[in-house]
Amino acid sequence: MKRFLILTTALLLLSGCSSNWGWYVVDPTTKNGWINLKFMASGAYYTIIMSLTAILISVVVGLLVALPGLSKKRGWRMFNRTYVEIVRAVPILVLILWVYYGLPALSGITLNVFWAGVLALALSDSAFQAEIFRAGIQSIARGQYEAAQSISLNYRDTMRYVILPQAIRRILPALGNQLVYMMKMSSLVSIIGLQELTRKANELVVSEYRPLEIYTVLVLEYLVLILIVSAGVRWLERRLKASET
Amino acid sequence: MSIISMRNVSKFFGEFQALKDVSLNVIAGERVVVCGPSGSGKSTLIRCINRLEAHEFGEIIVDGTALTDAPADLDKICGTVGMVFQQFNLFPHLTVMDNLCLGPRRVLGLSDAEARARAMSHLERVQIPDQANKFPRQLSGGQQQRVAIARSLCMEPRILLFDEPTSALDPEMITEVLDVMTELASTGITMIVVTHEMGFARRVADRMVFMDKGEIVEIGAPEDVFTAPKSRRFAAFIKQILNH
Repeated sequence: MKRFLILTTALLLLSGCSSNWGWYVVDPTTKNGWINLKFMASGAYYTIIMSLTAILISVVVGLLVALPGLSKKRGWRMFNRTYVEIVRAVPILVLILWVYYGLPALSGITLNVFWAGVLALALSDSAFQAEIFRAGIQSIARGQYEAAQSISLNYRDTMRYVILPQAIRRILPALGNQLVYMMKMSSLVSIIGLQELTRKANELVVSEYRPLEIYTVLVLEYLVLILIVSAGVRWLERRLKASET
Repeated sequence: MSIISMRNVSKFFGEFQALKDVSLNVIAGERVVVCGPSGSGKSTLIRCINRLEAHEFGEIIVDGTALTDAPADLDKICGTVGMVFQQFNLFPHLTVMDNLCLGPRRVLGLSDAEARARAMSHLERVQIPDQANKFPRQLSGGQQQRVAIARSLCMEPRILLFDEPTSALDPEMITEVLDVMTELASTGITMIVVTHEMGFARRVADRMVFMDKGEIVEIGAPEDVFTAPKSRRFAAFIKQILNH
């Protein structure tokens, strides 16, 4: 991590010496640069809120889609397969456009850009979450179900108190991955005009004509956000592990 | 009065017939030890009694309720039959106390305090009250199996099934589990134990059941079957076990 930061800083300093670069647009020591930076950073609000809301919804939907996939009944399993295959096949960008422009025409429900983005991201991610949950639940030994049955727990309680708490611990790294993925994919929502990080950067590029510097700062913004998320997931994994020993 | 009545029970796993026309009556308070070579159907036999496996043919009546697919019937025997597994099957993410309290709280509707009091009394019975707040992986195999027994007892079952409870244990831990089971046997609970521990069988069992290839080959009081086995298969089995 430390080495990486040093490398990045060195790279930026070196490239800053070249006459092709114009760091002044994002130089925090100048008034204009500081305003630009603040403008760019303000997009973090929507990136974070949208990613978190979308991941919460997709985890719930993913779980609800995963459970029928584990059913003994063929009809339920078919529902799971159909949902996963169809949703997984649609590119996120296409889904965003479809939800924002297509859904109102189809259903009469008009969503603002934020909720259209949340819905599209959540929907798209839910297919992956469903697969993650299914794999996680299937990895729990049969003996755990049998033990739950031997103390007469019903299906709901077996899932809630026995299977899911263990499955979630196992799939936590994969869930963390999905959150990182979600944060990155949220940049696509800029296309319908949500003022998140990428949209802000795009707007600044249009007025400042300095794409190289502005997009480099954008890269760093995502990097910082995602490193924080990664650290958070690691911390959670350690905590859950610690609670068992 | 039989608490378990099995009549002409057959069970298939695909083409393989695990139980062939098995009939067995167990009266309340009886202690039955089931033995036999691996693959003989002894585990399947007891797993049919608590419906972990569904039988295809014949009839199983547990505590007056015939076992069918109907959820209402299974509800009636809910909590009647407890089971102790070879691999303990404790819930690894829960403390010993929570392992014990889960059933009483969620199934029997006990309050938190009642469930904990009940759990503690059973932990004392299996002589590990001091491990209540540990997680299963922090305990030895013998201790884990005793927790599993206590977990079953917390549901206050009328019938307790044991599926090779000492087979996964190191030799030095077998005794502590058998001691607990022997103590339990004196309390009048109906026990069906699948085990190769012939010493335990002689000491505790009212009846021995010997199974081979999905059938009950021999059945009788331990002193009779051990001293004068009627079938050659059982005689050979005992010889093999005792020479081991």
